[in-house]
Amino acid sequence: MPNSSGYRAVVSARNLTKRFGDFTAVDGISFEIPAGESFGLLGPNGAGKSTIMRMLGGVSRRTSGELEVMGLDPERQGPEVRAHLGVVPQQDNLDEELRVRDNLIIYGRYFGLPMSYLRPKSAELLEFAQLGDKAGARIGELSGGMKRRLTIARSLINDPGILLLDEPTTGLDPQARHVLWDRLFRLKERGTTLVLTTHYMDEAEQLCDRLIVVDRGRIMAGGSPAELIRAHSSREVLELRFGAGRNASAAGALAGLGERIEVLPDRILVYADDGEAVLGQAVARGLEPATSLVRRSSLEDVFLRLTGRSLID
Amino acid sequence: MGPVHDGAPHLVPDGRPLAGLYSRNARAVIARGLLATRTSNWTVMVSGFFEPVLYLLSMGIGLGALVGEVAGPGGQEISYAAYIAPALLAVSAMNGAVYDSTWNVFFKLNFAKLYQNMLYTSLGPLDVAIGEIFLALLRGFLYATGFTVVMAALGLATSPWALLMVPASVLIAFGFAAVGMGITSFMTRFQQMDWIGFALLPMFLFSATFYPLTVYPEPVRWFIQALPLWHGVELLRQLGVGQVGPATLGHLAYYLVMAAAGLVLTTVRLRALFLR
Repeated sequence: MPNSSGYRAVVSARNLTKRFGDFTAVDGISFEIPAGESFGLLGPNGAGKSTIMRMLGGVSRRTSGELEVMGLDPERQGPEVRAHLGVVPQQDNLDEELRVRDNLIIYGRYFGLPMSYLRPKSAELLEFAQLGDKAGARIGELSGGMKRRLTIARSLINDPGILLLDEPTTGLDPQARHVLWDRLFRLKERGTTLVLTTHYMDEAEQLCDRLIVVDRGRIMAGGSPAELIRAHSSREVLELRFGAGRNASAAGALAGLGERIEVLPDRILVYADDGEAVLGQAVARGLEPATSLVRRSSLEDVFLRLTGRSLID
Repeated sequence: MGPVHDGAPHLVPDGRPLAGLYSRNARAVIARGLLATRTSNWTVMVSGFFEPVLYLLSMGIGLGALVGEVAGPGGQEISYAAYIAPALLAVSAMNGAVYDSTWNVFFKLNFAKLYQNMLYTSLGPLDVAIGEIFLALLRGFLYATGFTVVMAALGLATSPWALLMVPASVLIAFGFAAVGMGITSFMTRFQQMDWIGFALLPMFLFSATFYPLTVYPEPVRWFIQALPLWHGVELLRQLGVGQVGPATLGHLAYYLVMAAAGLVLTTVRLRALFLR
């Protein structure tokens, strides 16, 4: 629908709510995603991110609120909406009874696509996923990274306008993650709208133009990664480790330094615009941390500030 | 990588009835089932054919040697093997259809997550249900054909009517598969699936499968006659020896109603079954 800022949102949610019995998984969430944007849902496990994704795909019914995907209600027009969606679920659910190439072809058949399209398309996607030499392999023979790439290749079989990615790189090693990020960047450059959930702040910072921070089914904050960090954290963070059992007493001695202090089980975070200066003040107070590190604020710090909890427990 | 998107277009709603549940593409589900069978599990398919054949050899030929001749549907004397063979075919149609529509659906839904895949595409739950029921019936058709050939080879099919046992078995399977899938929509845990087995085993043993209904007192007979398997056993038994009459049509009607009721139940419960 056209809105005040003039763009047409491809996804528009208003007061989206999902309850399972007494438990409210998604609690009155509203957001809009313009075409071509890369939009992130950042939050810990159980925050309601996957439930939102399932409602976008029309495979979970909302309890209340309004939802439009490309102008249609995915609950009432599920098959039509999903014809334009690509979905990468949190867990690879490849068809273990079919070979690698057949996974792509049969998935394309689910969209009603003809074989004359699917034969060249599946070959092209296997190359894109760097699985060209695995076409005839069984799924069980693939590594974790290969399965993930195949799942992403499969989600592209219908040339989707919107790609839903639920925790796309969870469980992958750093190299495999970077390969995957590169592929997602290419899709974004082609104008594909990306909607992704993640509990990795670096992933959100790398891939998202804009994101919402979700906790316990509610939106805690929203904006671009840089905006969120500016609004909810200091420029820099000083991380100090004093060793097990000594963090709490050291925290007392640090009182008054920086803008804010967070005591975590394994370390102390001091938020300040100049981390090195605060470190100097701490040493001047006679503190001797086992390790110290000054870094820029990240979305992890934003999340900690907003919820009082870490993203990864 | 295909065309560059100039932003995602806005769609026009499809006004067909059931547009949210059905995309007229059950054949994709069928194509997947056939390819999966060819790639991975054809051995399981083959083993399913032997079950009723083994029962027939053991009980019909083995036990039958002790029993001798018994009265068939029209009162004529037939061998015990010829008496129980159609009943075993009905049982096999029931078991296969129930397995495919309950355990198999439950497993693919909750463990293999196969339907999760399908339902994230243009497919709707009705496409999946129709495709799975069709696959179950195709399998039932192949088993029934094989079993009927075995019966003929053993000299147990004595009338041309016996050929109609094949489509009749498919109808029996259809009735059980449609109702079975509807029932599966109410199941949330594996333990509940065991209740289905509790219902099937006594029905197999007591539905006049191995002896005539007349051994029971009147109230028990009524009870058995209300259950579906008895109608299947009688239907195939009458076709096997060519004793066809109004009762045959009654049994057929029972399954037509059962299949229709099962389809309605399954369609009403589709969201509960697939979109939890």
